[in-house]
Amino acid sequence: MSKTFHIKSYCHIKDQTVSVNGKSIFSDDAKDFSTFIKNAYKSLKTDYPKFFKMDNLSKLAFLAADVLLKNENLNEVENSTALIFSNKASSLDTDRKHQAAIENEAEYFPSPAVFVYTLPNICLGEISIKHRLYSENSFFIFDRFNAEHLQLYANSLLKSGKAEKVLCGWVDLDENKYDAFLYLVENEGEIEHKIEEINSLYNIL
Amino acid sequence: MSELKEELKAKIIEQLNLEDVAVADIADDDALFGDGLGLDSIDALELIVMLDKDYGIRLSDPKEGRKIFESVQVMADYIQEHRTK
Repeated sequence: MSKTFHIKSYCHIKDQTVSVNGKSIFSDDAKDFSTFIKNAYKSLKTDYPKFFKMDNLSKLAFLAADVLLKNENLNEVENSTALIFSNKASSLDTDRKHQAAIENEAEYFPSPAVFVYTLPNICLGEISIKHRLYSENSFFIFDRFNAEHLQLYANSLLKSGKAEKVLCGWVDLDENKYDAFLYLVENEGEIEHKIEEINSLYNIL
Repeated sequence: MSELKEELKAKIIEQLNLEDVAVADIADDDALFGDGLGLDSIDALELIVMLDKDYGIRLSDPKEGRKIFESVQVMADYIQEHRTK
C-alpha cells in the first residue's frame, strides 16, 4: 500500500494580499509590488535586514516561505525540509534590469547585486540561509502551475527519506504581476497531498 | 571633505539598500564590514562599481577594496586623492 502524505499549511501572496490557510493575514492598497512587499514585511514583523537586498522574486518567495516556516520550530542544527519551487517567468524581471545596465557601452556599469539574482533558484538559497535548510532544493520553469510534478517530486523525496518535510509550490513574478502559492507537505495534516487538492488550494483565492 | 563623507554615506545607504539606516547612524570611522555596518562581499563589489561610476576610480585589484572600504573616512581620503571626476 502506498504511503500518503498531507498538506499541513499553505500560503498565497497575490492581489495585494498575503493569506495563510485561506485566511488573509495582510492586505494593502499598494499596486506597486515593491511597496506592497515592503509593507507586508513590516506588518508581518519579519526581522531580516538582508530582505531589502533581495530582488523582487526572492522577496516574494522568501516572505511566502517565511510565514509558513517560522511556525515550524525547525531544528537549527539539522532539519531536512526540502524546497521544490516553480514558475513561468523564471528570473526575467531581474534579467531585464541587468540587460538595461549592460546594453549601453558608454555607461557600462552592471550592478553585481542585480546580477547575482539573474537565476530563479537564488530565492531557494535565501530561504535556506534564513531557515538553515540543508536538504534538496529545485526550481522548475513551467508554462503553467504544475501540480502533477510537484506532487510526484515531493512524494518521492518523502518516501525515499531524503526529506521529512517539503515546501513546494509556485512563485511567479514579472514587474507588478505576482502570484505565490506555497504549501508544506509532511506525514501529518488534514489535507491529503493529492493533485486535485493541490489544484483546488492553488485556485482557492 | 565633510561634504564628500556625507555624500558617501547617503550613496552607501541607497545603493546597498540599507533599510532603517540613516546618514546620522554612520560615524566617519565606523567599520563598514564585519561588526560595523555588516556589509558583505557583494556589497564590496557594488562599492567598486560606485567608485568607477561616480568618481572615475577603477580598481585593478578587487583586494585593494579591503583597505579602501575600511570606513567612510578612509574611503573619502582615497577618493579625494584619486578621483578623476
